[in-house]
Amino acid sequence: MAIKRRDFCWLAGLSVVGAASGKVLSVGAEETSGSGSTLIGEPLLGKRWAMVVDLQACRKEEGCRDCIKACHATHNVPDLDDPDEEVKWIWKEKFHHAFPDQEHEYLRHDLRHEEILVFCNHCDNPPCTRVCPTQATWKRPDGIVMMDWHRCIGCRYCVAACPYGSRSFNWRDPRPFIDETRTDFPTRTRGVVEKCTFCDERLAQGRPPACVESCESKCLIFGDLEDADSAVREALRTRHAIRRKPGLGTQPEVYYLV
Amino acid sequence: MHDRGRIILGLLVFLALITFPIWYNLISGQESRPPEIELPAGETLCVADREFMRTEHMQLLMDWRDEVVRGDRRIYTASDNRTFPMSLSGTSRTEHGGSCMSCHDNKDKFCDRCHDYLAVKPYCWDCHVEPKGGQ
Repeated sequence: MAIKRRDFCWLAGLSVVGAASGKVLSVGAEETSGSGSTLIGEPLLGKRWAMVVDLQACRKEEGCRDCIKACHATHNVPDLDDPDEEVKWIWKEKFHHAFPDQEHEYLRHDLRHEEILVFCNHCDNPPCTRVCPTQATWKRPDGIVMMDWHRCIGCRYCVAACPYGSRSFNWRDPRPFIDETRTDFPTRTRGVVEKCTFCDERLAQGRPPACVESCESKCLIFGDLEDADSAVREALRTRHAIRRKPGLGTQPEVYYLV
Repeated sequence: MHDRGRIILGLLVFLALITFPIWYNLISGQESRPPEIELPAGETLCVADREFMRTEHMQLLMDWRDEVVRGDRRIYTASDNRTFPMSLSGTSRTEHGGSCMSCHDNKDKFCDRCHDYLAVKPYCWDCHVEPKGGQ
């Protein structure tokens, strides 16, 4: 006897339910743990990561590029001279470029010619993440504006949205332009945007960002803004700090002691 | 069918041509062999059993990728409660082991042999850097 339509529907429904429950069970068996306690080096955990740049201390070390070298070597950042194609995570910018709203005719002479260390501000209200069509960039709960290079399609909306120029686009294959490629950190490919990630991979291993570690003059202070006893809060409590383009409402989390 | 002879001859020629790879291999004495991959010496068990790894490693790696990059969860707990860092070529370790490439330290003799045989081109290594031993 041929199978009735009603029986066929029942069978089809039952097999879908069976297949789905099998899937759920197998997914449960492969669950991953989030404790992170067995990694060598306890992870640094924060509720709101921020950086304070002590420009008074940095000013004394004129010409120093230690932090830039350390960051770019750690993260396989290519060294492209052409300003149209250069890739940079941390770099130095003229004062009136870094702080255009602070500039005036009678600005202190040393400030006018000073080069300011700049990098991603890890804004509290990041415009770059809002425009990303693939959610390849987003703000983590601890405040880091993170990137997933696997998911970046290279549309460069984020590059256009960032008012600080913190994002670089790989116009060409970056590998030939990396002096010494580290094997423990990926490179990027042509067509991918990249930027500073506050060294999320080092924080997970309990280490501070590479730039902070490399600065012998302690110009860079990294810490948790939500922790009232942290070094960043202490610096902000005791000294006057400014931020880049605060009027835009992006709430940058990199502070400069001038 | 006036041209029966020609048609049958043509069909035979066609069959001979299309089965040429089979004849060629038989005559030249070459056998089709599955790829021989080099497994890490001294290790008996990966993060999961061999059959699972053989068929599902690509899905596992993609799950790890999303867990680490998007979830900031970096430890994988295997079904026998051993823990491993969810990392392809990184340097972090747990008491049970390190990243994939810390054991499988030769990409040519492990990853590539199978992938070449199957003519698949995973793009992992467009960005991730293979360990120095494999070069």
